[in-house]
Amino acid sequence: MIILPSEITPREMVASRRQFIKQLALGAAGSAGLLEMATREAFAQNPANRKLAATLNNNFVVMDNKTAYKDATTYNNYYEFGTSKSDPAQTAGGLKTQPWTVVIDGEVNRPMKLDLDSLMKIAPMEERIYRLRCVEGWSMVIPWIGYSLSNLLKKVEPNGNAKYVEFTSLADKSQMPGVRDDVLNWPYTEGLRLDEALHPLALLTFGMYGEVLPNQNGAPVRIALPWKYGFKSAKAIVRIRLTSTQPKTAWNSAAPREYGFYSNVNPEVDHPRWSQGSERRIGEDGFLVKKRKTLMFNGYPEVAGLYSGMDLKKYY
Amino acid sequence: MITMNPNSKQQTWIKVLLFVLALLPFLRLVWAVFTDHLGANPLEFITRNTGDWTLYFLCITLSVTPLRRIFNLNWLLKMRRMLGLFGFFYAALHFLTFLWFDHFFDVAEMLSDVVKRPFILVGFSAFVLLIPLALTSTNGMIRRIGAKRWQLLHRLIYLIASLGVLHYFWMKAGKHDFAQPLLFAGVVAILLLLRLYWAWTKQRFSMKSA
Repeated sequence: MIILPSEITPREMVASRRQFIKQLALGAAGSAGLLEMATREAFAQNPANRKLAATLNNNFVVMDNKTAYKDATTYNNYYEFGTSKSDPAQTAGGLKTQPWTVVIDGEVNRPMKLDLDSLMKIAPMEERIYRLRCVEGWSMVIPWIGYSLSNLLKKVEPNGNAKYVEFTSLADKSQMPGVRDDVLNWPYTEGLRLDEALHPLALLTFGMYGEVLPNQNGAPVRIALPWKYGFKSAKAIVRIRLTSTQPKTAWNSAAPREYGFYSNVNPEVDHPRWSQGSERRIGEDGFLVKKRKTLMFNGYPEVAGLYSGMDLKKYY
Repeated sequence: MITMNPNSKQQTWIKVLLFVLALLPFLRLVWAVFTDHLGANPLEFITRNTGDWTLYFLCITLSVTPLRRIFNLNWLLKMRRMLGLFGFFYAALHFLTFLWFDHFFDVAEMLSDVVKRPFILVGFSAFVLLIPLALTSTNGMIRRIGAKRWQLLHRLIYLIASLGVLHYFWMKAGKHDFAQPLLFAGVVAILLLLRLYWAWTKQRFSMKSA
């Protein structure tokens, strides 16, 4: 019988049970002891200790005001949990993010199947403050926690055929009410060219605002690509596959004229139904201040080299 | 058929009640703005909400004639102007949110956005077409134009409602979210088809009697 590491009871839960037994054995009948036990049990059942330690990486910090936590966690495009922006915060609570395994396979020498804990230990956790620009014309500034995706990709050793990376998100009808509607072809898939995926900005993300990701923001593991429109950043990832051909991606398949494979933030290339020249920063622009100008590559010029010589109007 | 015909005093009260009801969505918005109940993107909420209520009032206004004919409620006609003007009121608010929140009163920039984007052009046209209807809604204007021509002019509402639905449909198209636009399309289609049917039977009737 094979026991997946992710099926083993988490260490802190075991510790808390042991503590409970120890306290019973000590006969801690005093009210203080009981109270402490009660709190510990509560912590074990409901992982209220959501803190995720990370070191701020000053090379990846924008000076813009951070978006309020409340806004970033209640205004989400996450169709697996409903098409309205307020749906995910209301319906994602039931998603089970433990145990969780991610398969990394395809054109690699060392395919892997990692549980969340092992995946989180591949590289040290960094905090980075990124702009997030949605294709719909609004933006936020989020302090993410994670590490460069390249750390993981190097571990699996892409072979000579590997040209692209495909991300697949969980699509579980029993936990994700939006998956019952066929607004998109489930599961949600996204993709990058391998060199894009290896760029240090591409962040494999486990947390935000000093905590593990809330479910509505893509828990337990997502990608964050600050120079691309938000939908490129797949959430609740269960598979990362390296491929030799360009993967089919969810929004591109649904409306190819509106959502290109690259979908780099580009104020020069308008969406067919609205301008991409400006954006509304959530919590700041529009009411008393004019919307702000959108920056090329969302203000991350360091990625420009990935696209030198390419016609970005054609490859939108 | 049962007919319910309130006397003129009762009609006044009904009108006052309808006025207050029709104003509630606006009051709710004002309340929500001042109590921070509009979510993370309040400006988007206001834009969508005023758009929704424009469509609701267009549908309500268009349903006056069918209700009047089917249930013999001639007095309903006296409510129609007010309902139509509320449609214009919410459309004007919707347009104002676009001009304000999207373009910060830069009219030139707003117009270039209008011509570049079909779904905005369609919505904008519908709004522009509503203006003459609102301006000619007074009794004095009806008299000045003449009832026949006035009626012809106000048939523009059929086009306006259709453009409004198309605007909404197009807005949602990119996100593959058709449930609500289809509902509006269905309601408007039924309301317009009823009129076609009545026009057709009337024509047949007059041909027979001729």
